[in-house]
Amino acid sequence: MSADTLTAVPARAAPAPGSGSLRRFARRRSTIAFLMTLPLLMVIVGLVAYPAAYGIYLSTLNRRMTASIGFGNFEILFDTDTFWDVVWQSCIFAITAVIAKALIGFWLAHMLHHIPVKGQRKWRGMLLVPWVIPPVLSTLGWWWMYDPSYSSINYLLSVVGAPPVPWLGEPLWARAAIIIVNVWVGAPFFMIMYLAAIKSVPEQLYEAAQIDGANGWQRLRFITLPMMANIISITVLFSLIVTFANYDIVRVLTNGGPRDLTHVFASYAFQVGILSGNIPRGAAVSLFMLPILAFCAFFVLRGVTRRNKEQM
Amino acid sequence: MMAGNGISRRGTLRAGAGVMAAGVLSAPMVHAQGTGGTLRCGFWDHWVPVGNDVLRRLCAEWGQRNRVDVQVDFITSVGNQNLLTIAAQAQSRSGHDILSFPTWEPSAHARMLEPMDDVVGRLVAKYGPINPIGEYLAKREGAWRAIPAVSGSQHKPSLGRFDLLKQHAGIDVQAMYPAANQAGPGVDQWNWDNFLVAAEKCAQAQVPFGLPMGSFTDAVDWVGALFRSYGATMIDDRGNVTVRSNPAVRQVMEYAVRLCRFLPNDVYAWDDASNNRALISGRSALIFNPPSTWAVAKRDAPAVAEKCWTFPMPAGPAGRFTPYLPYFWGIWSFSRAKPAAKGLLEFLSEREQAEAQTTTSSGYDIPPFGTMSDFKIWETEGPPTGVVYNYPLKPHHNALQNISFAPAPAEIAVQAYNQAINTKMIARVAQGGETIDQSMAWAERELRNFARG
Repeated sequence: MSADTLTAVPARAAPAPGSGSLRRFARRRSTIAFLMTLPLLMVIVGLVAYPAAYGIYLSTLNRRMTASIGFGNFEILFDTDTFWDVVWQSCIFAITAVIAKALIGFWLAHMLHHIPVKGQRKWRGMLLVPWVIPPVLSTLGWWWMYDPSYSSINYLLSVVGAPPVPWLGEPLWARAAIIIVNVWVGAPFFMIMYLAAIKSVPEQLYEAAQIDGANGWQRLRFITLPMMANIISITVLFSLIVTFANYDIVRVLTNGGPRDLTHVFASYAFQVGILSGNIPRGAAVSLFMLPILAFCAFFVLRGVTRRNKEQM
Repeated sequence: MMAGNGISRRGTLRAGAGVMAAGVLSAPMVHAQGTGGTLRCGFWDHWVPVGNDVLRRLCAEWGQRNRVDVQVDFITSVGNQNLLTIAAQAQSRSGHDILSFPTWEPSAHARMLEPMDDVVGRLVAKYGPINPIGEYLAKREGAWRAIPAVSGSQHKPSLGRFDLLKQHAGIDVQAMYPAANQAGPGVDQWNWDNFLVAAEKCAQAQVPFGLPMGSFTDAVDWVGALFRSYGATMIDDRGNVTVRSNPAVRQVMEYAVRLCRFLPNDVYAWDDASNNRALISGRSALIFNPPSTWAVAKRDAPAVAEKCWTFPMPAGPAGRFTPYLPYFWGIWSFSRAKPAAKGLLEFLSEREQAEAQTTTSSGYDIPPFGTMSDFKIWETEGPPTGVVYNYPLKPHHNALQNISFAPAPAEIAVQAYNQAINTKMIARVAQGGETIDQSMAWAERELRNFARG
């Protein structure tokens, strides 16, 4: 091989300075990873980040949406009695409903787990029905049962001689009615998550506990619950977010009444923003959920991370 | 490269593309049906199904005559779909050319709506003035931002069972307000004080008046008319809150709390259908509603429908008022077919077309002109014949239309209206056990906050 050939080959293979670095950049694993996640990032930016940023921007505008008033809408809300009622009611509604859903879901999961496999599928399917029916439709069914004047539940109560209950007319009953529907819709989700978690607990742990003389409560307290802790936390967090942002049940059943005493953030935000034509203040109402949920998410996720570290 | 002629293949293609582009861009707008372009209309989806058919037919007729392709959509108000559509189109500045706007929406979007003074001016010259509430809701910054529509506009007068009212309260509403242009005996006694007595007697007879006290429009509207007839203005036209400075507010509150004792105990949870059901089922002697309730009764409970009668609301110290909930037809400022849109809306507002709409809706639709309160349908509809004769305002009613919270600036009034401040103020006392002072202080704070920001 001549000296010319030896010098000629690298010269031909050498890329132009710019294109070489571009190719290296394109071949980097981080670049490829970025490109592959780009569609998802675009979806998140388009459907999550942009609407959230736009919501924040809207909440800083005046009523006519012609000028910025900074945090003025929040100041006005803090000075509004109805808004503080809504904050209080949203917390009561979400916390009560999530606790009830978690307890019922856990009980159902526990019961299902002990049913023979053959019958379990049938029961599982039936118990999931409330969760798979669109809530607006099922809530309409509940509304007919609660109807102020022609309640079918009251008819059944009258059969046994009980007095009629003003399901949607009295604030206390109306709040209870909304929570009942929310629990009815949401409990199957907890049930299915907890059932999966219970099934993943190794059977040997229970056998060992039995040998040590542990009773049923001790097995639940020291094996089942600790093994399910992360699932319980994540499910509760997820449900808390969804329940806090609930709209359809309140809208269909009470429209926030009587006297605004069943409004939650979403229904009140709709009333203020869309119905009353004050979109910036409506945006401010809905954004108020963010710090509350962020606070909850921080502590729940910190607990999950801590438990994961302990188990490693 | 071609030798000799100096024209390259690439140059020829480029020139050809340029000619094509110029041709396309400068071509006249040619449409399938005519040369007047396309007009996109989003009308309110009428409760009465044939109410849509008549608008579709009228639009097609006008389109054919003017060679405009009129595309008509009907947008339901169920689930506030129409409000969401209006908000979305206002934000995106695209959508229909013409939209039906519910009560408060023209003022909410005034700056985005094409002024309609020329059309309104011509219509007023032909048919006389538009009612003051229509003007209050549609006129902003000196210009009409929309035309009060025929389709969908409604009154909510008394709709009662004449047999029950006569039997239990001794009131002959057919004699007071016959199907004729004259008032009968007892009209001067048809006031809120005697209404309270009648409410008590009917409640004792297990057919209480079905008056909602929740946050839906039927409740806010009748309570608004009650307040107005006492002169109980809660906000003045400059936006000042007058809840505690106006003694009439306390007076009407005391009256309303007394009245609540004779209403069903669940009225605080009633929606716009609850009062209809109360009348249709025969459980109530009187409601305040358009004749749609009677129309449903005619279909589902004919024996009840035959005993229904429509008549004005009772009078108060400041006069007699009828709840009025108009729709409006407006044209977006971003529309590219404004002249055609104005032409269509003027056509739909003319007497002949207005009567066609009202007739098709069995008398439900109320035109904005007082001179159009004599359509034949209101005389002939039944049974009983003349049941809706007194549904539109007649001169002998001595009544005016009312929208709750007028004359407050519309941007404040709309918030008070949709958040039902007037009914909640009553409910806080009658149901919640607060004192009238506490309730009025609450209303004052809420109303002040509506004006802020």
